[in-house]
Amino acid sequence: MSNNEFIEFFDGGKEPTLDSLGGKGASLVTMTAAGMPVPPGFVVNTEAFRTFMHSGLSEEIAERLKGLDPEDVQAADAASAAIREMIISRPVPEELGNATREAYAQLQSRFESEVPLAVRSSATAEDLPDASFAGQQDTYLWLNGYREVADHIRACFASLYTTRAIIYRIKNQIPDEGLCMAVVVQKMVNAKSAGVAMTLDPTNGDRSKITVDASWGVGEMVVSGTVTPDNIQLDKVTLAVIHEHIGDKHAEMVPDAATNTLVERDVEEARRTVRCLSDTELAAVAQLAKRAEKHYKAPQDIEWAIDADLPEGENLLLLQARPETVHSAKTPEAKPKSTGYSSSLGFGSITASLTKISG
Amino acid sequence: MTMKSFPKPSDLPVPAGAEGWEEIYPYYLVFQDELKEQEDAKFWFCDSQHWPTVFKPFETIGGEFAVKCLGQYNARHLMIPNANGIDFRIHQGYLYMSPIPVPDEQIAARVSEFEARIGHYFGDWENKLAAWHTKVKGTIADMEALRFDPLPEIVPFEDMENGVGKDGSQVLLDNYDKLISLTYQNWQYHFEFLNLGYIAYLDFFNFCKEVFPNIPDQSIATMVQGVDMELFRPDDELKALALLAVELKLSELFSNTDDPAATLAAIAAAPGGERWIAQWEEAHEPWFNFTIGNGFYGHDKYWNENPEIPLGFIADYIRRVEEGAQILRPTEKLIAEKERIVEEYADLLDGETAQVFEAKRALAATAYPYVENHNFYIEHWTMGVFWRKVRELSRMLADAGVFEDPGDLLYLGRNEVRDVLFDLVTSFGIGAGEPIAAVALPKKIAKRRQIVDALKTARPAPALNTPPESITEPFTRMLWGITTEQVQSWLGNDEDAQENVLKGMAASPGTVEGVARVVMHADELGQIQPGEILVAPITAPSWGPIFGKIKATVTDIGGMMSHAAIVCREYDLPAVTGTGSASTTIKTGDRLRVDGGKGTVEILVDSPVLTGPSAHSHNHG
Repeated sequence: MSNNEFIEFFDGGKEPTLDSLGGKGASLVTMTAAGMPVPPGFVVNTEAFRTFMHSGLSEEIAERLKGLDPEDVQAADAASAAIREMIISRPVPEELGNATREAYAQLQSRFESEVPLAVRSSATAEDLPDASFAGQQDTYLWLNGYREVADHIRACFASLYTTRAIIYRIKNQIPDEGLCMAVVVQKMVNAKSAGVAMTLDPTNGDRSKITVDASWGVGEMVVSGTVTPDNIQLDKVTLAVIHEHIGDKHAEMVPDAATNTLVERDVEEARRTVRCLSDTELAAVAQLAKRAEKHYKAPQDIEWAIDADLPEGENLLLLQARPETVHSAKTPEAKPKSTGYSSSLGFGSITASLTKISG
Repeated sequence: MTMKSFPKPSDLPVPAGAEGWEEIYPYYLVFQDELKEQEDAKFWFCDSQHWPTVFKPFETIGGEFAVKCLGQYNARHLMIPNANGIDFRIHQGYLYMSPIPVPDEQIAARVSEFEARIGHYFGDWENKLAAWHTKVKGTIADMEALRFDPLPEIVPFEDMENGVGKDGSQVLLDNYDKLISLTYQNWQYHFEFLNLGYIAYLDFFNFCKEVFPNIPDQSIATMVQGVDMELFRPDDELKALALLAVELKLSELFSNTDDPAATLAAIAAAPGGERWIAQWEEAHEPWFNFTIGNGFYGHDKYWNENPEIPLGFIADYIRRVEEGAQILRPTEKLIAEKERIVEEYADLLDGETAQVFEAKRALAATAYPYVENHNFYIEHWTMGVFWRKVRELSRMLADAGVFEDPGDLLYLGRNEVRDVLFDLVTSFGIGAGEPIAAVALPKKIAKRRQIVDALKTARPAPALNTPPESITEPFTRMLWGITTEQVQSWLGNDEDAQENVLKGMAASPGTVEGVARVVMHADELGQIQPGEILVAPITAPSWGPIFGKIKATVTDIGGMMSHAAIVCREYDLPAVTGTGSASTTIKTGDRLRVDGGKGTVEILVDSPVLTGPSAHSHNHG
């Protein structure tokens, strides 16, 4: 996928920077490069934001905010509504519009038919205290067609001007000139099956194992515990299956094209008690968990999905990776330690080992 | 869990025609009425891994020497604290074994001896093993020198001049005694290092199971197993010969390898053929002292006496090379994968534990390869020479009128054969003409032939009597794959049992589906079609070339370290070993799904057709 001045594809091969892609965008690029396939997509970078805002828009906004009393919430509300309307309705500069349209087409060309996308804001300064309410966490799901995607990119931009954000900046004398944002455009996951994977045995913290929970459809039902998932434990080094318990997966949540939402439905008898991952898919999930652990240098708890729209071999997606906290909190003990009969060197330990065979 | 029992020896019905089978074996090899109480109280498992078919009387020598010498190293040399040797009996033609524990109160006293003795070897493994090679090869050379020439018509005058004073019969008697004692000698040597190899492996094995709970046995095996092994050398020689034949454009001359003389003559006459024949001859010593059997039977065929076997394998390799296949083992890939596995496990451990891990692994990796490589020196080379000499003797005896057929010798025990030799030298010495054997033996041998054939109609019971609650003896678990779970599954006590699914050891990873080929005997190997799944009571590593042809292997018996497991890991093929009954449950042509990572074999039923009364007796509960 080809990048340009305004667009950086997750797999575009360019070194990501926070300034250009925001935190979320940069992380998606980094993960893709590290072999952790997130749902494919691209970032509309901060240069695009600036190009858009500098088409006379920032001056008009500054004009509209001039003299606004931060204590006058009604006035701030009115300014917010007006500014957001200005942003949403402002035609996109041709160059930027073309670039976005081209990126959209390139992304869709990976699928047999057009798929719904998600648009999310990607802040460059997420640690600012106002980040959480300044619209910088905006997410728009199930967008169909270029028009909807383009509209929601501007909706993300507009979210910088909520009433609360405007008041906060005036009160704290933060100038609007520094405002910046990137926007992530990403495929909506169409999960055939999904679940979680941990890079250890959660029952004892044994780090030589990978534990996978998997069920049909999207992973919500696994995470929320409303379905008994397939539970599989693999050896982390060889990926051999050590044991597996096939759950009675009675229900699944799948996207509904008509309503653009997830709907819960019963799983037909034939699929309930068969494992929802093929051997190849299972190995791929385990490999993915291993890569995440290696990348983040700590035991991971990942969410993954097998996407029905992507070709085999490229259909495993990483939705989230976070450090495993229960066992990893006690890091020193997390690594296995032999304290038993065969722990020492020398022939005495051989005697001990031979005479105490584990049943 | 319900504890069930296997049949008592006396409960097993004697196959029709095999009545009186006890008489064909020495008294000390069969269960005794006088010992019934003690013997019935013990648990015996059948070693059909090494002895898959019925012993002819002479063939008990391999079982006796092997199991006796294994035991002596536990009980008398190494003083293994908790394990004496393994008691053994032949019952209805098959070998049953029962480990002898060390009484609890004696264990502690053996520890210091044990540690001193293993330290002696582990402290200087390479030098001691080099000395072993010298001893073993010396024994083989002495065996090769033995001759079984016909007795001279008259004593040479020269002998009288030299004051020899003997009629030549002493040479025959001596050479027979030497053949037996030299073979016994190499069987003693066989176990000098074998038990140590297993001890080092078990030590590392138990350590791994402790620091990595539930670590697959396969991972542990991979970390200590040799990649470039002497045991694979004979097969490698065939591959090299196949590649050379292709290079020299001799491939077409391998179209009828069933006629080895004509094939070899045609090759010799072809341009470049001389070079190929030279390499072929060169490979013979010692690498063609190799059998497609396992060295324990008189019918085992050795490559150097049956050139059609290696020629057939070469022809098969040539065909595959010409189809564009890579016939050489992926050695580099295997080494890299082994190194990756070791490194990743080590990385999971902290400094001190990682050090212990590496020390134990290094010891096991040093000592363990012997467990595989010794096979070539003893089972193949020593036993190849032994059986060749036995055949020389039996031909001479047949020529001398002792036997109607040279194969008759196998129906006498080795000590009975010595009696026959004295019969011969007596009748010869006194000028009486035919030995008594000529009239006394034919009926006896015919009867024994009938008994052996009748015994062969029945498969052995997997075990006898009541199993102990848990199987703890380390060698039993490791060599024979006899674990508590395995025994319970043989008894049908497996709670997770599924219909049409056989369970065994996950011996070599990978999952495949394919068509079964049941091979009960090495002679049937030729029937295997490319891409089939081999199902056999047991495999021998010498079946090497067929492993390039098949998709997976399933055996009745054998653990992680059985030959089938080792060879399949080497060939990157899935294997499930120790299923107990695969070769009798599965039929050639059945579609199977073999999961070598889980240790399951599923018989895929496309359209289950159950008709007749048996359909209703099927319990689906």
